Amino acid sequence: MSYDNPPTFPRKSATFDDYTLSEIRRAAATGIYDIRGGGAKRKVPHFDDLLFLGASISRYPLEGYREACNTAVTLGDRFASKPIHLKIPITIAGMSFGSLSGQAKEALGRGATIAGTSTTTGDGGMTEEERGHSELLVYQYLPSRYGMNPRDLRRADAIEVVVGQGAKPGGGGMLLGQKISERVAGMRDLPEGIDQRSACRHPDWTGPDDLEIKIGELREITGWEKPIYVKVGGSRPYYDVALAVKSGADVVVLDGMQGGTAATQEVFIEHVGLPTLACIRPAVQALQDLGMHRKVQLIMSGGIRNGADVAKAMALGADAVSIGTAALVALGDNDPRWEAEYRALGTTAGAYDDWHAGQDPAGITTQDPELAARLDPVAAGRRLANYLAVMTLEAQTIARACGKSDLRNLEPEDLCALTMEAAAMARVPLAGTSWIPGGGGF
Amino acid sequence: MPVFDLATTPLREFHRALHSVREGENEAFEVLNPRGAHSVAVGAMAPVHVEVRGSVGYYCAGMNEAAEITVHGSAGPGVAENMMSGRVTVKGNASQYAGATGRGGLLVIEGDAASRCGISMKGIEIVVKGSIGHMSAFMAQKGAMAVLGDAGEALGDSLYEARLYVRGSVKSLGADCIEKEMRAEHVAQLSDLLARAGVEADPASFRRYGSARKLYHFNVDHAGDY
Repeated sequence: MSYDNPPTFPRKSATFDDYTLSEIRRAAATGIYDIRGGGAKRKVPHFDDLLFLGASISRYPLEGYREACNTAVTLGDRFASKPIHLKIPITIAGMSFGSLSGQAKEALGRGATIAGTSTTTGDGGMTEEERGHSELLVYQYLPSRYGMNPRDLRRADAIEVVVGQGAKPGGGGMLLGQKISERVAGMRDLPEGIDQRSACRHPDWTGPDDLEIKIGELREITGWEKPIYVKVGGSRPYYDVALAVKSGADVVVLDGMQGGTAATQEVFIEHVGLPTLACIRPAVQALQDLGMHRKVQLIMSGGIRNGADVAKAMALGADAVSIGTAALVALGDNDPRWEAEYRALGTTAGAYDDWHAGQDPAGITTQDPELAARLDPVAAGRRLANYLAVMTLEAQTIARACGKSDLRNLEPEDLCALTMEAAAMARVPLAGTSWIPGGGGF
Repeated sequence: MPVFDLATTPLREFHRALHSVREGENEAFEVLNPRGAHSVAVGAMAPVHVEVRGSVGYYCAGMNEAAEITVHGSAGPGVAENMMSGRVTVKGNASQYAGATGRGGLLVIEGDAASRCGISMKGIEIVVKGSIGHMSAFMAQKGAMAVLGDAGEALGDSLYEARLYVRGSVKSLGADCIEKEMRAEHVAQLSDLLARAGVEADPASFRRYGSARKLYHFNVDHAGDY
């Protein structure tokens, strides 16, 4: 090194960053795309880009430890004779037995029941573990129809017709052979140990006119008792929500791209769909335009992590939220206590996403009996219940500070945005201004 | 025999009666004037007999368990979808998705069936006296289908373990579906199936199609087959 010939630092490309280079090498070595679990990991505008304004002279707050703030919500009272009554507006999203162990499904049911909320089946059908331990169980009706039967349909508390999910709107799924145990294979009517494809479209209907007829069939079979949800991935939320309402849904579940999946191509998860924040206002607008806001309930999911996220989603017009990834973390997923084993798998706690591989050290996304036995469903259920209680208390704290005696009284006027992108998506003013960027339709 | 005239009686009333029958109670129903109504005789849970006098819309006999249901007319999309057990007979033609995802029972279509007949079937048995449309038995997992007429394009695409028997021509086979040897066990199975369906035909005149099982585990060298 000399003054006359000074070296520059080695410079890595922002376009070809370390992750991109590693993926090119991996693709070149294997000839197959990367499959993983979870939702979008890229940074997108999210609830962190919003702030509550709170109360001061122009708004009157409620006393935090004395004045009530309701968290209960009723779902599905549009047509169903037996709607769902939740104590808290945070539900557990659909996750399959097959993707998750029986113990994990039991833990989800236990935790949800303690908290007074619902849990949801997934691809693969209903297990005794989750029915037995879930006071309120939503039965997913999926394109694959794995494990689907009218007996379970009748013993569900609600039915969720799954059109898509946020991690892969327009995509199906693949449960790889290593997770297809004898029990999983039996429930799915397929040979043990082979890859199992989950279709991207329902086998017996296409489009909203057919969906309306399908919902009619489900209602006739179950005596018009059960609320019928329609779940869509964040794609064209204004039109999808409007069409779900037109089709006769009691509840619409809308899942943004941060929502998790058991196993999908990385390229799909990261490059298809809308961020959760961008989904809510168009969905609420659709409901309002149809005069159905609060009559057809909206459940938002995809990256809900804490009570602030719950409060923000509800302030933007959601009636409830749903959690999947966060619930798994509460059970013990990606816990640093298993760091040595995560390292052995070539990853680290907090980054483990090979949920399809069946080697989960935490015993959650596996069918390996020894690994699954690591999860105590009673203790894990208690952790989930604790987490749900904390989220609810946090949301109530914020709502009271905004002067609201019910979480659903929160409104966009209570919020401002830290970035122009978030302001445009959430349709709330940029902080310190009265300016809402965007407009002019969806 | 209780008679429900859908020209004057809501479908819900018929279903209340149908769903209140329990196993061991031998009931029979007659449904008049279906006039293309959707979801007729869905969700039966007992071995009752239902005679539907006329053509029906979508999902007739959907999710049937144990009941014997006869449609004296044609059926719209998804007849006997997800049937668990029992028997459904369509005297006329059936539209698309007939027997979709069915898990058990016997579906007999005396006319033709449109596209995607037996899609994703999971144990049901289907006998079609006429022909079937394109993409039939797509992703069919279990069960058996016998077709006395012809099959359209892409029969058995992405097939798993369902057995397909076709007497007529097959326009083309779908991904991973191949013609297989008709061994004695298959002749026996087909004979029994045809007999239960009330069809007189020589099992030896059929050809069998099944899965090549090349797509059971993802292999990049087979990516072009998908």
